[in-house]
Amino acid sequence: MNGISGQDFIFGCSAIGAGLAMIAGIGPGVGQGIAAGHGASAVGRNPGAKSDITSTMLLGQAVAETTGLYGLVVAIILMFVKPFGA
Amino acid sequence: MGMLIAHEPDFMIHGVLKYQMFGQDFWITTTTIGMWIVTVLILLIAVLANRTLKKAGDVPGTFQNVLEYAYEMLQKMADGILAGNAKKFVNYIGTIFLFILFCNLSGLLGLRAPTADYGVTFLLGMFTFFIVNYQGIKNRKLRHFTSLFEPTPILFPINLIGELANPLSISLRLFANLLSGVIIMGLWYGMMPIFVNIGIPAALHVYCDVFSGAIQTYVFCMLTMVYINDKME
Repeated sequence: MNGISGQDFIFGCSAIGAGLAMIAGIGPGVGQGIAAGHGASAVGRNPGAKSDITSTMLLGQAVAETTGLYGLVVAIILMFVKPFGA
Repeated sequence: MGMLIAHEPDFMIHGVLKYQMFGQDFWITTTTIGMWIVTVLILLIAVLANRTLKKAGDVPGTFQNVLEYAYEMLQKMADGILAGNAKKFVNYIGTIFLFILFCNLSGLLGLRAPTADYGVTFLLGMFTFFIVNYQGIKNRKLRHFTSLFEPTPILFPINLIGELANPLSISLRLFANLLSGVIIMGLWYGMMPIFVNIGIPAALHVYCDVFSGAIQTYVFCMLTMVYINDKME
């Protein structure tokens, strides 16, 4: 710990925390994949309703993305706003 | 290495002009200027549209076709969710749809998208919140408040948080999507050598600005209408 000030230590830990916060990206990835898979099978079963299925799928995926984006917001706040330490 | 990197990555909001009012410091930022440009663009299109539709003939030209198609799309979107009440809200929904869409697409003009500033999207979320609660009180009177205790009174805190989280989640969703696009574009332009900056970023612009921006505009308007529809009866 010699030569590392408390300030530097806090910034380093904030960077690690930002990386950990982005683990939140797993959830939306899995969720969007499931939605896309079900969308594909729905189009396979009923090709006539392709446009409706696509728009519903995209809307659901955009909403499912939100939790991942919350992780992104937390990471960005940790990296650039620096709420901890000075 | 220093030769190859174009310049430092830059995706922050910058202050342009500082002025004082009531003893407080205020800044005119890149967001403000972006919103001015977007407003001027929308006004220009509105004036042109007004002119075209005034002398509209039976056989529509290109611009008239585009306008009619856009309006029919908006009308269909509102009809699909609000059904009978669509007429009351289609003006407001159309306004925020155009504003958010042009803000999201302004990344193509080289601006920093105004919606990638939480000050802008939070205000849009608060508009939604006030309209939803105004409609709730107007249409359901006292039941607007008693419905918070609905299944059992124990659930009151959860219902209250669920109600208050709506504007936050709707605004954070728009903000974070646009911010991620702005950061990716900023990193690409800043970190990549100059010869990779010719042609290739166009594909990124298509995803980050056009696709993501259009989808988020649609989602914002849809969710606003869904929240309003919940309070209509």
